[in-house]
Amino acid sequence: MRHSTRIAVGPVQFRIGSDWRAPIDALDRLYAGYPKDMARPADATVRLFAARPWRRWLRPSVHIGGDFIVPDALPLPLSMGLLAAEMGMNLQVALGWRRHMLLHASAVARDGRAVILSGESGSGKSTLAALLGEGAWRLMGDEFTLIEPASGDALGFPRAVSLKNAAIAEMAARVDPARLGPLLAGTPKGDIRHLIPRADAIAAMHEPARPALILFPRFGGAAAIEPMAPGEVFVRLTEASTNYVALGEAGFAALARLVRETPAFGISYPDSAAGMALVEQLWAEAVR
Amino acid sequence: MSGVRTLVDLLAGRRDADGLAPRDWDGVIGAARAEALLATLAHRLADAALPPSVAALFADQRAAAAVARAQALWEAEMARRAIAPEGIAFVLLKGTAYAAAGLSCAEGRQIGDLDILVGWHDIGRAEKELIEAGWEWVKSDPYDDAYYREHMHELPPLIHKARDRMIDVHHTILPRTHRVTPDALAMIGDAVVADGGFAVLCPADMACHCAAHLLADGDLQGGLRNLWDFHCLTRDFAAADAGFWGELDARAALHGLRAPVQRAARLARDLYGAALPPGWNRREPRDGWFVRRLLARDDWGRPTHFALQQAFYIRSHWLRMPPVMLAKHLWTKWRKG
Repeated sequence: MRHSTRIAVGPVQFRIGSDWRAPIDALDRLYAGYPKDMARPADATVRLFAARPWRRWLRPSVHIGGDFIVPDALPLPLSMGLLAAEMGMNLQVALGWRRHMLLHASAVARDGRAVILSGESGSGKSTLAALLGEGAWRLMGDEFTLIEPASGDALGFPRAVSLKNAAIAEMAARVDPARLGPLLAGTPKGDIRHLIPRADAIAAMHEPARPALILFPRFGGAAAIEPMAPGEVFVRLTEASTNYVALGEAGFAALARLVRETPAFGISYPDSAAGMALVEQLWAEAVR
Repeated sequence: MSGVRTLVDLLAGRRDADGLAPRDWDGVIGAARAEALLATLAHRLADAALPPSVAALFADQRAAAAVARAQALWEAEMARRAIAPEGIAFVLLKGTAYAAAGLSCAEGRQIGDLDILVGWHDIGRAEKELIEAGWEWVKSDPYDDAYYREHMHELPPLIHKARDRMIDVHHTILPRTHRVTPDALAMIGDAVVADGGFAVLCPADMACHCAAHLLADGDLQGGLRNLWDFHCLTRDFAAADAGFWGELDARAALHGLRAPVQRAARLARDLYGAALPPGWNRREPRDGWFVRRLLARDDWGRPTHFALQQAFYIRSHWLRMPPVMLAKHLWTKWRKG
């Protein structure tokens, strides 16, 4: 393809090709602080392309392709090329990665132990993890948490955090502006701005962490903690995993072990400060 | 050298993996993924010296293929439980058959739908039993449904509502409107029972079906994988039975498939280095177009040679139905958008 770059996030080496320069330049700026190995073959390929040659210039719209494609995925305008790249990278991991069990979950770690936050879009799991990652925690990732079947350890996937809507101002007030990407206004998912994880979180991206706590956050309502039975945790996590079925027996064993060994709670919280306090409280009880 | 060429050379054993530069792997892996041959390559190179990240990716692929194979065989077992108690004989076809029979081309081979062959007279009962066992229609379009039933070699695809897996129930191996009419009843009658208890086509018929699938029924999409199947099947069958090539020729003649079978053999020779017996080892100028079509893939996994692909697409329809019918079919499809 005309323009391309390579990015390593956690264990995945991406090769990203594009018909336009802009998305590649934007990716290179966002991922400048990540380790780069230009000689390492790619695990996953993302293609950002124009459906017809003239659409490179005329009302340019970015189609997302690669090793795996979603047939009916709508293209994005070139101004949202960075979002297209992010979606393409997520798609390749979600559909193609087999080395670990993938959980659609954010995670933070401290002292080699991980808190896994699973929830739907809008549950606040990304914002909560990003905020914790600015304090005493290492941000492991805001999108995927990888469980190694053999050891049961969690591995991080600390891509640039995708901040949405109100979370943008909340983080912008706390971090160095140099760690924020361009504002992508009015995308199909609302306003988006990427946050580059702290340098120490990127440097530690290959370090495994033992799962200590599984939380299902729910933004809104009074602060509350609800213990969750293993059966419900198991079912919720099968739904949160993109490759549970494809992994077969290894996926079942990994998930069963994770659920058996890790306490789990649902938490509701009215604001970020309350949410962070609940995580700290449950953490203190879990590691005691 | 292009990734897809290197892929073919690696599969054929013409090239050593340790001769590749690290970045050469991008094109090979990209083409192999696009051609559904990545796990096949991973098996072929299981003992080769590879860059660590490629070795890890290939190990993932082998493990994933083993799971997929178990799931495909389980799906065959589900179909058996649904229709065998009613006395309906069925034969496994394609990927699931190769896995059930433990053939070498099944190593790492991606298996999509479950394909089975039943006698024409049993097709209605098989359909009824499968629906009772939880399979459902996929196509809701009345034209498509009627088209399948009147003109195709299989029922409209059924999908299982709980397991989300598709089954294609064939009553022959080429569309009813195709210029060639293989003898499906002979195929069913001469089927053999594999170790796991499933019936599969006899060796010569299996190779005939593979060649028909590759060259007589489609636009050669995924053709490199189908050709790899043909190459492995004929090589292994010939190694086990010195008379195999003669049987294959006789059987191909019975089914009206001599031309595609002979072409598949020549293409397997030209791309994968197959050793052919005298009489098969001819040169045919038009094969070059097929080779070009099979290798129409760039290092990013994208299809290339657009005009050539279109030509093969038109050819596939031309083979499948008579001209007046083709015109009507395309007109209906075009009006429906």
